[in-house]
Amino acid sequence: MKFGIVRFPGSCDDIDALQAAARVGDAVLLWHADHDLQGVDAVIVPGGFSYGDYLRAGAIARFAPVMAEVEEFARAGGLVLGICNGFQVLCEAGLLPGALLPNLSLKFVFRQVELSVVRADGPFTGACAAGDRLSIPVKHTTGRFYAPELELDRLEDGGQVLLLYAPGHNPNGSRRDIAGVCNEAGNVFGLMPHPEHAVDLLAGSADGLKIFESMRAHVEQRVLA
Amino acid sequence: MSSSASSLEERHRQLGLTDGEYARILERLGRTPGDVELAMLSLMWSEHCGYKHSRRLLRRLPTEGRHLLLGPGENAGAVDVGGGLAVAFKVESHNHPSAVEPFQGAATGVGGILRDVFAVGARPIAVLDSLRFGEPGASERSRYLLERAVAGIGFYGNSIGVPTVGGEIYFEDSYEANCLINAMCLGLAPHSRLIRSAAAGAGNVVVLLGALTGRDGIGGASVLASAELGEGDEAKRPSVQIGDPFTEKKLLECCLELLDRELLVSLQDLGAAGLTSAASEMAGRGGVGITLDLCQIPLREADMEPFEIMVSESQERMLCVARPECVGALLDVCERWEVLATTIGCVTEGDSLTVLHRGMAVAELPVSVLIDDCPAYDLQPEPPSSDLYGSPAAVLNGDEPAGEVLLALLGSGNLASRRPVFEQYDPIVQSRTVRRPDEADAAVLSLPDGSAIAVSIDGNGRRVACDPLRGAAEAVYECAANLACVGAEPLGLTNCLNFGNPEKPHVAWQLVQAVEGLAGACEALDVPVVGGNVSLYNEAPSGPIFPTPVVGMVGKLPSAGRAGRLGFAQAGDSIALVGPFSPSPVGSELSKLLGRPPVGALPEADPGAIRVVLEAVRARVRSGAFRSAHDIAEGGAAVALAECCIAGGLGASVRLPLGLDPFAEAPGRGFIVSGSREALAGLVIIGEVGGDGLRIDGLLEVAVSALRAARDGGLSGWV
Repeated sequence: MKFGIVRFPGSCDDIDALQAAARVGDAVLLWHADHDLQGVDAVIVPGGFSYGDYLRAGAIARFAPVMAEVEEFARAGGLVLGICNGFQVLCEAGLLPGALLPNLSLKFVFRQVELSVVRADGPFTGACAAGDRLSIPVKHTTGRFYAPELELDRLEDGGQVLLLYAPGHNPNGSRRDIAGVCNEAGNVFGLMPHPEHAVDLLAGSADGLKIFESMRAHVEQRVLA
Repeated sequence: MSSSASSLEERHRQLGLTDGEYARILERLGRTPGDVELAMLSLMWSEHCGYKHSRRLLRRLPTEGRHLLLGPGENAGAVDVGGGLAVAFKVESHNHPSAVEPFQGAATGVGGILRDVFAVGARPIAVLDSLRFGEPGASERSRYLLERAVAGIGFYGNSIGVPTVGGEIYFEDSYEANCLINAMCLGLAPHSRLIRSAAAGAGNVVVLLGALTGRDGIGGASVLASAELGEGDEAKRPSVQIGDPFTEKKLLECCLELLDRELLVSLQDLGAAGLTSAASEMAGRGGVGITLDLCQIPLREADMEPFEIMVSESQERMLCVARPECVGALLDVCERWEVLATTIGCVTEGDSLTVLHRGMAVAELPVSVLIDDCPAYDLQPEPPSSDLYGSPAAVLNGDEPAGEVLLALLGSGNLASRRPVFEQYDPIVQSRTVRRPDEADAAVLSLPDGSAIAVSIDGNGRRVACDPLRGAAEAVYECAANLACVGAEPLGLTNCLNFGNPEKPHVAWQLVQAVEGLAGACEALDVPVVGGNVSLYNEAPSGPIFPTPVVGMVGKLPSAGRAGRLGFAQAGDSIALVGPFSPSPVGSELSKLLGRPPVGALPEADPGAIRVVLEAVRARVRSGAFRSAHDIAEGGAAVALAECCIAGGLGASVRLPLGLDPFAEAPGRGFIVSGSREALAGLVIIGEVGGDGLRIDGLLEVAVSALRAARDGGLSGWV
């Protein structure tokens, strides 16, 4: 199992994601300017401020050369995980539904939040149980998940909402407490919380490891099948 | 600066040089300086760059230590933390720019201190901030400064991916017109990557890295940082620099890669006085000359005058020296990181900083005149004959029951929860943080071998105003106490001396006393000063700020997993009060709430006894005998107990030693610790953890939820 972590200029949590992924498999960095995914089994688009994010968050990174490969990889069914800025980039790229708007507070917020697992049968949350509580930190200025009401109904009905902020833990005003959604096919997943910052009890929580473990289990199962 | 507008003699005054200093320049040069030369000299001889009023005094600070790798004089100091790794660190002020434009002032303060740290080859791994404002309850301007400065710090630190792991904020009237924004950065480097700024090797190439050079910050050092603020500050806004963390992020990664590939001879950041200061210091430290060609420098505005290019304080720039055969590879690395890199000059033999513009030498100054000949003034200290600072507005009258006093203290600006502030900062990026704000008395960052470093920043201006000698020493003891509470041993410290106008005898006296206090405490604890910064002239027509030496201390602990916490951990644990703790009400938070002025002698400290208790606390935190440890600081023993309850979500039942004033203070000398009865054998047991409230025998009983609500409410709505 080999993870590839995209590195844009301005990525901040790239090494964190690399180290987290390396706990469950091999992990390499993918340079933004290269049209090369190095044969990875899963792509992680990490957190940070790609290209400074002085424009709308993720709006420039979506045009990076490597993103063409990531889009093709996703369309072919490859696993793509977007964390925080990565979630924003994948929304901008049209690989995920909805959009991320500025927090209701209009301020950056760092907080350890509780998430509840809505679905535990897919490639990103398979190692959890439905209803599980995960303690994972958020840290962002633009993390309020938004989609029109009908779209939100469709996402919920279609089982695309994988993670919710637990009651009282919504840090940004996200619609219907949505913390993480996947695409219709279920192989692209974005979330605002940072699972890569919850992989070691020494730092407060290891709950985020379940996301990476789920991905590994899914890829290994696919290989066996 | 057109030469027809005024004669050269008048211009030196406009640039902040005295007649005496100008005469000294004429004498040293043996000729009249040109326009560009005078601009350069005025900056290098400013207080901010030249430390005219503090240089002699700073020699008093001890700078030797067994862990020291880089001492004062480099961009940042560095200590050995074992495993072949070094931690570089420094604190620096950005007070005056922040008073004019708090968001950009604070942001570029962070940007500047980050560059200082990666200029020595260390990857920045943590930022801390020490902030001072006027009273937010009474002053709309202070609320504005607080909100915008915090936003600016977050903007820069969060975007560049360096965690903000700690800091402190105090609110006092004396900072109303002069807020203080001090930023500290720590960086990590293998010993082999540490690099000095000394230029070397005649014929080597000087390369400018990073942002375009523009008109921002021109005169910042001389106009802003070396004169008192007064009316018309709005007009100074163009002098404040604008921060671009994205450019700095690329610059940072680029510089570290250049060092890893051993492509650089030396590296220096561009801060105050821009190219002038960077080139002078690189040449001065290396004992060589440097020639710069201004026509090579990429400009934001094409029509910039030579003097503007030389003094521009445009952010996110670095200057490096490389061997000619390495320049190709250097440019390749810069291109990959999309960092602008331009060869702008060369290293020469001799002692001249030569500046060429369109083939003409517009400046040709001996580096020794720029740096070594900057005058150093002796201070004329005199103790103030009357109280310098008025009385704060009384919030309590002294008749309130102790429970009410405790809640008032917890909700007061200086003691209230900092959560509304630190939630705006990312404390965990880079995945080293094992103790976040509010979890322990010091931030703790893990190292690859399982050990960890700890860091704390502290400085209580009101106490230094009472008693500069002992107050300044307390800042050192307090930092060391914070480190002991997580199990860390101090390796070194950095300081920022924020004072009023040193030409006034009573401010000079505060400065001399405070430096003596710092030096004594450093010697007593055997902790060297690795570097620092001085910010003078923090003075408004209403008077000087409280004398505010800020101390940032770095320590080491053997096991990240054993780092201490401040909150009570387990019901049934015993609580002990340890340390040579003989507090007094002078200078305390309660005295402030009672409306008392900051006067009187602080309690004497016994350095020997402090060393013993620091060692004992450290050892028992490391062994796990103490399940919690918290030093007794502002608000005294009662507030410290309340903080342990709030952090742990557990109550406590306590009987204080006979005669101990629950709200009196003696920072750095007393600790509240908890653990099993056996683990605390031999200590002064004062109570037990448990229940829903804090009960102090004969004094008060308050629910933990009420303590928390009071503490949480203090700053909410202000940031």
